[in-house]
Amino acid sequence: MTDRAQVSTVQPSVRGWSGRIFSTACLLSAWFGIVVLVVLLGGVIWQASGWLNGHFLSSFDSWHPEQAGILAGLWGSLWLVGLTALISIPIGVGAALYLEEFAGDNRLTRLIQLNLANLAGVPSIVYGILGLTAFVRIFGMFHGQPQVLVVPLFVADLRIPLPFGRTVIAGALTLSLLILPVIIVAAQEALRAIPGSIRHASLALGASRWQTVRHQVLPPALPGILTGVILSVSRAIGETAPLVMIGALTYVAFTPGDITRPADIVNNPQGVLHAPFDTFTALPLQIFNWVSRPQPEYQHVAAAGILVLLIVLLTLNSTAIVLRHRFQNRHRW
Amino acid sequence: MTLLNSFAELVQRPGLEPEAETGTESRPIKVDIRNLSLYYSGVQALFDVSLAIPERCITALIGPSGCGKSTFLRAINRMNDIIEGVRTEGSVQVEGRDVYSPNIDVVALRRRVGMVFQKSIPFPKSVFENIAYGPRISGTGNRRVLAEIVERSLQRAALWDEVKDRLQHSALALSGGQQQRLCIARALATNPHILLMDEPASALDPASTSRIEDLIFELKKNYTIVIVTHNMQQAARVSDRTAFFFQGRLIEAGDTRGLFTKPSEQQTEDYITGRFG
Repeated sequence: MTDRAQVSTVQPSVRGWSGRIFSTACLLSAWFGIVVLVVLLGGVIWQASGWLNGHFLSSFDSWHPEQAGILAGLWGSLWLVGLTALISIPIGVGAALYLEEFAGDNRLTRLIQLNLANLAGVPSIVYGILGLTAFVRIFGMFHGQPQVLVVPLFVADLRIPLPFGRTVIAGALTLSLLILPVIIVAAQEALRAIPGSIRHASLALGASRWQTVRHQVLPPALPGILTGVILSVSRAIGETAPLVMIGALTYVAFTPGDITRPADIVNNPQGVLHAPFDTFTALPLQIFNWVSRPQPEYQHVAAAGILVLLIVLLTLNSTAIVLRHRFQNRHRW
Repeated sequence: MTLLNSFAELVQRPGLEPEAETGTESRPIKVDIRNLSLYYSGVQALFDVSLAIPERCITALIGPSGCGKSTFLRAINRMNDIIEGVRTEGSVQVEGRDVYSPNIDVVALRRRVGMVFQKSIPFPKSVFENIAYGPRISGTGNRRVLAEIVERSLQRAALWDEVKDRLQHSALALSGGQQQRLCIARALATNPHILLMDEPASALDPASTSRIEDLIFELKKNYTIVIVTHNMQQAARVSDRTAFFFQGRLIEAGDTRGLFTKPSEQQTEDYITGRFG
């Protein structure tokens, strides 16, 4: 009897203690991340206060800290991310659809699958080297004799320089290579989450494979696919190493295609067509450049730049999350 | 033999065996399966099965789990094609045409041969969209025509009165029995001649099961039905003909009444009296 009484009084308190210690440890780890983030953000905002203003957003870089602005980097990053998304989403989702829905389970698809997992872990600087060779120089195929391919379109001529050189398109293609494995793997996961019975039901009704994918598999998988796309495009915005490698410029006094205001996109079709083939800089590069300058005032300029980068990132992310949420509501299981 | 006797009572219930006396053998053959053998990546699952399925009858396929009855069912509308490494030998003739000949249109075949699965799988869409999906993918775009098809299909599946006011609601909000009838209605919407049912009532409660059984019995006026079932009573209650499968072989097939009261094979008798399986 006494043994039992002891067991029942001692053990719960030990259990209670270890439980409390564990939950406190978990709480601390959760708060650790939040505190660090708040301190970091607070520091950046404090440093940037007074520097992030209309002038900063509407002017180019300068050797005078008070005149320096983010315009070139902002537009450069927007073009870069837009083109990267345009290139990587269709290719990534297409590849995932092929691997999950159409390809059989053979040696080739298993090889592709294995390589995708490996590619997702390759350091970004390696992609930079690849981009330099494949896109900036196009494997030296033009032997120092650059050519311009002119494609007449109905609004204006599309002039494509060959090789691409240090242009937005070369950067976007490089970043696309970088994020493609992540998009493909995430999209595959999303497609795999759709029960096979849905596919069978659709096929049994006389739907072709394509109709089944188009009407029954892709719509409910879309939120999951979008999540992967959001994560990887966010990664692309912040990437610096591959851009350094392909030789994006750091001191730039123009925007791609000379488009400096949203209205220009409509008013200046020639500029829009030209922008992907213009040289450029991007937000992280610009920030990196400012931080490494000797004048202490540039630390404030850099902080303002970091804020702009964060705002762009959060805006793109929340747009994508809102979109995902709308799709999710429409296809509740 | 008491169990056999109770089956005899079951199959002789008035009103449930209108074909029993006239015999089903005289009816035209809708699906003719000859010497069908099937392999899953080299492992043989069906051994030389031949079975003729008469028109506008309910043919029940019975047998223990893994005996190949579902595989056999899926061979009729070529749903086995989806599984990788499946090889089929022999011939399956649906309405006089060999469905395994190279110039057959599988998509068209599956529209003529509808299928209902064990688990009801509504698409995560509205009731209307679920039924309209089949006709729509085969090219019916007119909203009025679709609405007519939806109403007719739901009526045939005895579901119209329950869902007519919530056609635009999610199909997933329906009860389990309603979902299964929705799946039947969905299969009817492409206007098939043959309905394949893979244990359509095994996941349902007794009340829903009996509704499905009544429905199946009603549907045989217009459709040729092949049903896989684990439930002996169900096979005895609804079917006109029964085929007993064991270890990938067709052991015995015949009029349900005859098979349940006077099985000619010892294995059949052992199975339906519950001695194994």
